[in-house]
Amino acid sequence: MAGKGLVQKVRDTQVWKSIFRHGPPDNARNRAAVVAGNVFLHLHPIKLKKSGVQLGYTWCMGGLTFFIFLALTVTGVLLMFYYRPTAEYAYNDIIALKEHVPLGIMREIHRWGAHAMVITVWLHMFRVFMTGSYKPPREFNWGVGVILLVLTLLLSFTGYLLPWDQLAIWAITVGSNMAKATPFMGHGGPGAMLAQIGDFVMVSDKNDVRFQLLAGRFVGEPALLRFYILHCVFIPLVVGVLIAVHFWRVRKDGGISAPL
Amino acid sequence: MKEIINWLAEPIRSFPIFTVLFYLMVKNYRVVGTKKFGIGALLVSIPVVAWFAADKNFLAIILWPDNIPINILVILISFFTWFTLYKCAENDKRIEAGEVPIEALPENREKVWCWPNLVYTELFAIIACTIFLIVWAIIFKAPLEEPANPTWAPNPAKAPWYFLGLQEMLVYFDPWMAGVVLPGIIVVGLIAIPYIDTNPKGNGYFTFAERKMAIWSFLYGWLVLWIYLIIVGTFLRGPNWTFYGPFEFWDFHKVEAMYNINLSEYIWIKILNVPMPGNLVVREIFGIILTVLYVAVLPVLIARGKFGQKLIEKMGQIRFYIFIFLVLGMTSLPIKMVLRWAIDLKYIIALPEWELNL
Repeated sequence: MAGKGLVQKVRDTQVWKSIFRHGPPDNARNRAAVVAGNVFLHLHPIKLKKSGVQLGYTWCMGGLTFFIFLALTVTGVLLMFYYRPTAEYAYNDIIALKEHVPLGIMREIHRWGAHAMVITVWLHMFRVFMTGSYKPPREFNWGVGVILLVLTLLLSFTGYLLPWDQLAIWAITVGSNMAKATPFMGHGGPGAMLAQIGDFVMVSDKNDVRFQLLAGRFVGEPALLRFYILHCVFIPLVVGVLIAVHFWRVRKDGGISAPL
Repeated sequence: MKEIINWLAEPIRSFPIFTVLFYLMVKNYRVVGTKKFGIGALLVSIPVVAWFAADKNFLAIILWPDNIPINILVILISFFTWFTLYKCAENDKRIEAGEVPIEALPENREKVWCWPNLVYTELFAIIACTIFLIVWAIIFKAPLEEPANPTWAPNPAKAPWYFLGLQEMLVYFDPWMAGVVLPGIIVVGLIAIPYIDTNPKGNGYFTFAERKMAIWSFLYGWLVLWIYLIIVGTFLRGPNWTFYGPFEFWDFHKVEAMYNINLSEYIWIKILNVPMPGNLVVREIFGIILTVLYVAVLPVLIARGKFGQKLIEKMGQIRFYIFIFLVLGMTSLPIKMVLRWAIDLKYIIALPEWELNL
């Protein structure tokens, strides 16, 4: 065994071999195996066009968006341990988080990460547009991407309410007031009075689209719970499914775009 | 100097200035998209930004923690706009000389191994992003204001920054347009892009010359109507959504006179000099006619014209009308802005009785 390095020794153990079933990726066969055999890496093709791996072409913005989404999921789950979505506790839980965790930056990473994800997803769209990557055969995936962009904004928007401070409820009040002006479906929107039979008002502030969003006529405790569930469960699940579709279609539509 | 910049920054002046700069930038993308220009712009902008930041009112706005992402956004967008023009200029020069775009060179078409070429790039990007987020998180604490108080509204009450473009549109449109119809048009319009744009060129490489119209309309909406409005909404709108210049203190007592009047009042009272008719439809008939002209007649006129004929030949009737409808939806915003500034116009159609103000 003389002359064998420590690395090689580790690689020869049964434990290592049980995890990584191929040798070091220094030859063609193993490089293929490492990508194809790993559930995370197999999102990638084993080989791809050189133009598609150049930073100047991809800007890496789609990948970073996904990475930040994962980082937000992890920090978000950690924050959920400390946070109760009720008017009584929400704000105090955040204060407690600040005071009891002296060097804690989870909330910071979650909040700034959320902003960063909005920026990276916009830049991703910018790049995809400028390289004409929405053109056939990738039309459908561009549409999936637009929906994901909108969901990113909604994720950030629903999260905005959770600290339950002045910034939160008034930003959401401004945002959700737009919903009451929805034509035909909001009580302050055009067409709402058409849906009136005699004295019976069909679209009112007690049943219109803003009421459905806030579970009330103003941003109160029911809205907090609703936004919490939308933010932590519902939208992330939808985003997760659509990300799977998005990535799958990137592969099936021929990988990262390149000149035909 | 600071007074002049405050004066210039008001949307009535800064919007046309920004539009003209945008036009010049894209028109001269081969000049802008050079390394020389990029470095020059960077060298000029550093002292300018430093001079701006020396002002305490300006510094207070840009260092407000929730505004940090917008600073980052502005820097990144400036860079990537230049970068994309650079890439486009590079390829267009090659295409003009009869060569293939850089992405289509044989050495770039060559297949490389995912490991290590792509995997390592991703690893470095992830590490850089992680460091960036951690440093950001250490320097700037996440803001937490007073506990929620439904009885006391802060002034200004602002939506999250990425929606401030929409909130800024509220100056010119009622919420049903600014908050529902126009965002709807944006989302539908974005999804529709690949089905409208039938130009097969420019697929998989940077180019401007081969898809001018697509890039003009997209960049106009993206940079001028979306990013510019976010910047105005974030940095230049203070209490009561009043305009404040970049060096101006947010004085709560600043009052702005509002003279805005409706088109119907203009015509019946100011021009015809008669009282407003009682019948709602008659009262607003001029606005209704104008709107119908804009939405229904104008597309047909464009279709008849030389430009329209050429487009229809290329993309067919249905695509053409969807495209024109989306473009008209987009241009309705600058049109309304200009009307507001030029003749203090409030609503083209003012039917508050039906909650239908346009």
